[in-house]
Amino acid sequence: MKYSQRTNQSVKIDASGIYYRELNTKIRELASNGTQKIELRNVFGQRYIGTNINKPVEIDIFGTPGNDLGAFMNGPRITVYGNAQDGCGNTMNNGEIIIHGRAGDIIGLSARGGSIFIRDSIGYRAGIHMKEYQDQKPKLVIGGTAQDFLGEYMAGGILVLLDLNESQYHKAKFVGTGMHGGVIYMRGSIESHQLGKEVGISDLEKADWQILKKLVAEFAAHFSYNADEILRHKFIKLFPLWLRPYGRIYAH
Amino acid sequence: MKTYLPPQFLVERDVEKCIKCKVCANQCSFDSHYYDADDDEMKNRSENCVGCHRCVTFCPTGALMVRRNPLEYRENYNWRPEFIEDIIKQAESGGILLTGMGNDKGQRIYWDHLVLNASQVTNPSIDPLREPMELTTYLGRKPDRITLDSDLNLETELAPQVRLEVPIMFSAISYGAVSLNVHESLARAATEVGTMWNTGEGGLHTKLYKYGKNTIAQVASGRFGVHPEYLDTARIVEIKIGQGAKPGIGGHLPGVKVSAEVSATRMIPQGTDALSPAPQHDIYSIEDLAQLIYALKEATHYVKPISVKIAAVHNSAAIASGMVRAGADIIVLDGLRGATGATPKIIRDNVGIPIEMALASVDSRLRQEGIRNRASIVISGGIRNSGDVAKAIALGADAVNIGTAALIALGCRLCQQCHTGKCAWGICTSDLFLTKRVNPDIGSRRLANLLHSWSLELKDMLGGMGINALESLRGNRLHLRGVGLTDTELDILGVRMVGS
Repeated sequence: MKYSQRTNQSVKIDASGIYYRELNTKIRELASNGTQKIELRNVFGQRYIGTNINKPVEIDIFGTPGNDLGAFMNGPRITVYGNAQDGCGNTMNNGEIIIHGRAGDIIGLSARGGSIFIRDSIGYRAGIHMKEYQDQKPKLVIGGTAQDFLGEYMAGGILVLLDLNESQYHKAKFVGTGMHGGVIYMRGSIESHQLGKEVGISDLEKADWQILKKLVAEFAAHFSYNADEILRHKFIKLFPLWLRPYGRIYAH
Repeated sequence: MKTYLPPQFLVERDVEKCIKCKVCANQCSFDSHYYDADDDEMKNRSENCVGCHRCVTFCPTGALMVRRNPLEYRENYNWRPEFIEDIIKQAESGGILLTGMGNDKGQRIYWDHLVLNASQVTNPSIDPLREPMELTTYLGRKPDRITLDSDLNLETELAPQVRLEVPIMFSAISYGAVSLNVHESLARAATEVGTMWNTGEGGLHTKLYKYGKNTIAQVASGRFGVHPEYLDTARIVEIKIGQGAKPGIGGHLPGVKVSAEVSATRMIPQGTDALSPAPQHDIYSIEDLAQLIYALKEATHYVKPISVKIAAVHNSAAIASGMVRAGADIIVLDGLRGATGATPKIIRDNVGIPIEMALASVDSRLRQEGIRNRASIVISGGIRNSGDVAKAIALGADAVNIGTAALIALGCRLCQQCHTGKCAWGICTSDLFLTKRVNPDIGSRRLANLLHSWSLELKDMLGGMGINALESLRGNRLHLRGVGLTDTELDILGVRMVGS
C-alpha cells in the first residue's frame, strides 16, 4: 500500500487497487495511533470506510467510496469529494459525513446521532427509522431531493430536503409512513397523497426556523451556497401525528 | 359494550382455610382478588383470572384453586371454544388479536415421533459416572481442510470460535419485553455454566457489560441500542431477520413498556412505541445480507463470529445456503413453536414450519452442497427437555437455544399474557413493582440448575449409546428412528422407521 506520512497528524493513502479489508485495517490502525487526518486518493468502490471508528479522525475521500460508508461510526468526520453509494451512515452514532455530490439508497438508516450533508440528491429509503435519545439527534440535510419511503418509521432526528434544483419538485411517495418521532423540513411542497397516513403537514414555527437556519447555514458553508437565498423560499414541516401510530390496531 | 366473553378460569377459595392475609390480592397483577372490607372477606373477579397460578403458589394456607371454567359449549368439532371466543374479542375490539409465548396448536411435534438408540451386547454402553463425557461445542466457521507443519502444529488459520461447555444457550429475549432482573439471571447463569445468553433486539444494559464474554448481541430491524460499545462488548453478534413466533413481521413494543431504563438501553425517548420494521431495510437480498455481515465483521475486526437468525419457513434450506455463502458463521433457525413477548395470534399459530423438519432439510442441503462446515447450526422453538436436545443434535444441530424452558425455570406458567406487560411472575414486564419478583440470585441459580440437569441427562443418553462425546452424535441420524411417521416425513428427516 502506498502511503505517505506528511506529519504525525496527517497521512495520505493512494487507495487504487487496494482491497477494502486491507484499506480499512490501515485506516483503523492510523485512527487508533492518534492520526488526525487521513486523505484517501483514488478510492474506487471500497466498502465500509470509517465503519465503527470511535475516534474523531478526519477522513477526506477523493473518488467514489463503496457501500456502508461510515456504518456504526462514532465520531469521525468524513468528507467525500465525489459521489457516495448505498448505506452511507448506516446505524451511525456520531460524527459527520459530507458528500460533495450525490448518494444512493438507505442513507442514514437507523442513525441515532451525527450529521450527514449531501450536496445533491439521494435515492430510495433514506432516513428510515432514524431515532434520537436525549442530546443524540441525527441530522440529514439533502441539497436535492429524495425518492420513495423517505423517513419511514422515523423515530427521531431531523431530515431536511432543500430541492435546490427546483426543476424537479419532490416526487417521493410513502414519505414518513409509520413516523412516530422526529421532523422533516422540505423546501417547496408535497401533495398529501405522497405522505404516509401517520404524517401531519404544517408551516414552520419559530422554533423550527431556528433549527433550520442553523442546519442550512452549515450546509451552505460546506458547499458554498448562500444560506439566506435558500431560506427565502417557502418551507413546510412534516411531523408525526401520534407517538404510538399502531397502538390502536391491536386487541387482547 | 358489555362483553359476551365468559371467564376463562374460576378461582375457588376455601373460606375455611383463608386467613384473609391478602397475599393473593397483592400478588395478582390482573385484579382478580380483592379484600371486601364491608364483609371482611377476600373476594375474587374470576373474569380477570389468566390462570398464571401466582396466587395459588403463594397462598400460605393452600386455600386457593384455579380451574378452567367448566362452562361448556354445545359440542362442535369445527367451532371450538377458542375460535368462538376470538371472534367475540374481535367483535368487541376491531383489532388484531395479540398473544404471547409460542404456538400452542396441535401441529405434529416430531420430537415425540423420534426415538434414540442405546448399546446392547454388541458394543458396550459407557457409564458417565465412571468415564469422562464431552459436551464441549465450538460455534463458528470450520475450515474446509487443515494443514499441519512438520511438528504437527496447526498451520491453518481458524475463524473465530466460541466454546460452549453445554450445547444449550438461552434464546434472544429483549430487555423491554422482559425485565432487567431476567436479563441478569440469564447472563449470570450463562456465565456460570459456560454457555451464551442473547440480548434480543433491545440493547444491553450497561450493568450487564461484565457478562460480555457470554453475550450474543442482536442487531435487528429496529437497531435499538446498537452502538460501538455494544458490538465491542459481545462475544457474538447476531443479525436477526426473523423469529418463529412471528415470521415475516416486525415487532411493536408498546410505549407503556418503554420505561426510563428501557428507554436508555434502547436509546429512544420514554413512552414512544419501539417499532421494529418487518424487514431490515438494508437487506433486500442475499447480497445485502452479505453486506451487513461484513459490515459487522469490519466493525468487530473479524474476531467475533457473526450469526444470522431466521424463522423456519418453506424455503429455509435454500435460504440457509445463501446465508452461509453470504458469510454467516452461525445460522439460527427458529421454528413454528418459537415464543415471543407479543405477536399477532393468527401469525403465531399459522405461519412457519416445525423446527425438526427445517433443521433436517437445512443440514442435508448444506451437506449436499459441501458447505456444512462453513457455519454452525443453532435451532430453537419448542425444545422442552434434554431428550429434544439430543434428538436435535443427532438431526444435525450444533447447539440449541431455549427460551420458554428458561422462563418456566424462572416461574412462567405459560398463561400467554406477556403482551399485556402485567406478568404476575415479574418476568415479562417493566413494572418495577412486579420486576422485583425475579431475584437474580435465585433466578440465575434456577437457570444454572436447569442446564446442569440437562447436561447430566445428555451424558447419560450419550453413554447409553456407547459414545463419549457429543461430537459423535452430531448429525448422526443413525442414532434416531421414527415412530408413526409417513415415508415422506422419514425421508425429509433422513431417519429410518423403528424396527428397520
